[in-house]
Amino acid sequence: MPYTTISQLSQGLKDGTFSSRELAQDAIADIKARDHLYNSFITISEDQALAQADAADQRIAAGQAAAMTGVPMAHKDLFCTNGVRTTAASKILENFVPPYESTVSQLFLDAGAVSIGKTNLDEFAMGSSNEHSHFGVVKNPWDLKAVPGGSSGGSAAAVAAGFVAGTTGTDTGGSIRQPAAFCNLTGIKPTYGRVSRFGIIAYASSLDQAGPMARTAEDTAMMLNVMAQFDSQDSTSMQMQTPDYTATLNDSLAGLKIGLPKEFFETGLDTDVAAATMAAVKQYEAMGAKIVDISLPNLQLCIPAYYVIAPSEASSNLSRYDGARYGYRCEDPADLMDMYCRTRAEGFGEEVKNRIMVGTYALSEGFYDAYYVKAQRIRRMIKNDFVQAFEQVDVIMGPVTPTPAFDIGSKTKDPVAMYLEDIYTLSINLAGIPALSTPAGFVNGRPVGLHIMGNYFSEAKLLNVAHQLQQVTDWHMQTPPSL
Amino acid sequence: MALDNADILKIAKLARLQVDADQVDNYANSISSILDLVDAMQKVDTDGVEPLANPLDAQQRLRADEVTATNKRDEFMAIAPKSEAGLFLVPKVIE
Repeated sequence: MPYTTISQLSQGLKDGTFSSRELAQDAIADIKARDHLYNSFITISEDQALAQADAADQRIAAGQAAAMTGVPMAHKDLFCTNGVRTTAASKILENFVPPYESTVSQLFLDAGAVSIGKTNLDEFAMGSSNEHSHFGVVKNPWDLKAVPGGSSGGSAAAVAAGFVAGTTGTDTGGSIRQPAAFCNLTGIKPTYGRVSRFGIIAYASSLDQAGPMARTAEDTAMMLNVMAQFDSQDSTSMQMQTPDYTATLNDSLAGLKIGLPKEFFETGLDTDVAAATMAAVKQYEAMGAKIVDISLPNLQLCIPAYYVIAPSEASSNLSRYDGARYGYRCEDPADLMDMYCRTRAEGFGEEVKNRIMVGTYALSEGFYDAYYVKAQRIRRMIKNDFVQAFEQVDVIMGPVTPTPAFDIGSKTKDPVAMYLEDIYTLSINLAGIPALSTPAGFVNGRPVGLHIMGNYFSEAKLLNVAHQLQQVTDWHMQTPPSL
Repeated sequence: MALDNADILKIAKLARLQVDADQVDNYANSISSILDLVDAMQKVDTDGVEPLANPLDAQQRLRADEVTATNKRDEFMAIAPKSEAGLFLVPKVIE
């Protein structure tokens, strides 16, 4: 049943129009039939999905359904799912079956949602195109020659292809927002500390944040209602009340102050992407919002700061993959050092190894202050730019990426060219503020997104703002021509 | 910032990553180009700016010193590459 929203599925289940088991069976059959085109799934957890669906049907019949009970969804293969293979799209975890559940996936189980399987991603969440997966490249359902974005490329493609109405992703430097933009979805990176990181395979612990991806702001809000809970098992989880993110979607935007940073519109931005962004901003003016020109003077520094901090933290986080206790181990290690060095060399892909090496260098004796600490000082300057901006405006808008989705293979030869694509998304993770991407049109058939950024814990406002654009445009309702 | 092959081998050793002789040049090139990207930081005056570790400047939350975790050794051991009698097996370390 492609292209029904979570909201419609939830209602249909309550009305008895269809059962959760039917939805799950249809999704599984659909993925088996068509996912060879996109490669969006790494694992289909058929038995577990059907068991969850049956339990959901019983709960619905008993009148005890929650909003997401019985709704099929999928998790990025970075969330540890108890008894279901979790790979981080890496050979080093190719056969890893976690003996525990991540908090996010447990919350969805508690809500009665049905997890169909695990979606593809760039290995260990390191990438912006889903071309760096041990399980193969993911193709964009809007244009099979295009990347779906990354690292949550499989999560984005799975929704765009109509397999499931919602997926979870993670965003460390843009990995929810950029694939959401490239695949015509609504995807939000919540405030750092809003959603638990417990059980998420860690990439960069001061930047990582999990979030929902779906077609509409309303669906995204329904998913965030499930995900945004304090978790004592995550020492960076913030004790905040969870509002009902669906309750304020229709708040008026009259008087909303929208900041447009001049640094987002400088050289390097594709003119068609700029035009789509400004057309969306004009829609908000028509709603009574006020546009304010602002500046984020240290924006360009987000690239060097991120490409020191993230690889440094990754080098530390990925040191646990040593072949000793779980995951891949090389054959016939000669000694312990050989076991470590060959297991990791054979188990990790090239992009992951590059970032581990950069991070190891940046943290090494003699370089730690010049690289990691320096980057942390620049990080505070970037954060301060946003704090000052939010004294003048309610939200900030701009493009998500400088170009629409690029061709598969066009940026893989030069990692630095790929890194420059992240210029608009990285600073948000460095500052820890929330941001989302919502559909804003197409360029040569490839979707582009509007980037909406807000102050700490303003997710309800961001979803309200996105929802209002979705009331006056129909970009988000479009279907890929191939479907 | 240009790294030479000796630098690469030293970093690889720290990172516990085997690098074959024919890969060293590639790593030197790609890591040097990433470090070039990153060198833009050095021109920035950050005197008096405190490093930011947690984006919310949050403090480490403490909890009561009570046992809450259960022992799940068997479950964790079941997925080990090599184990015996409740121990993870690795190549001999002590001569």
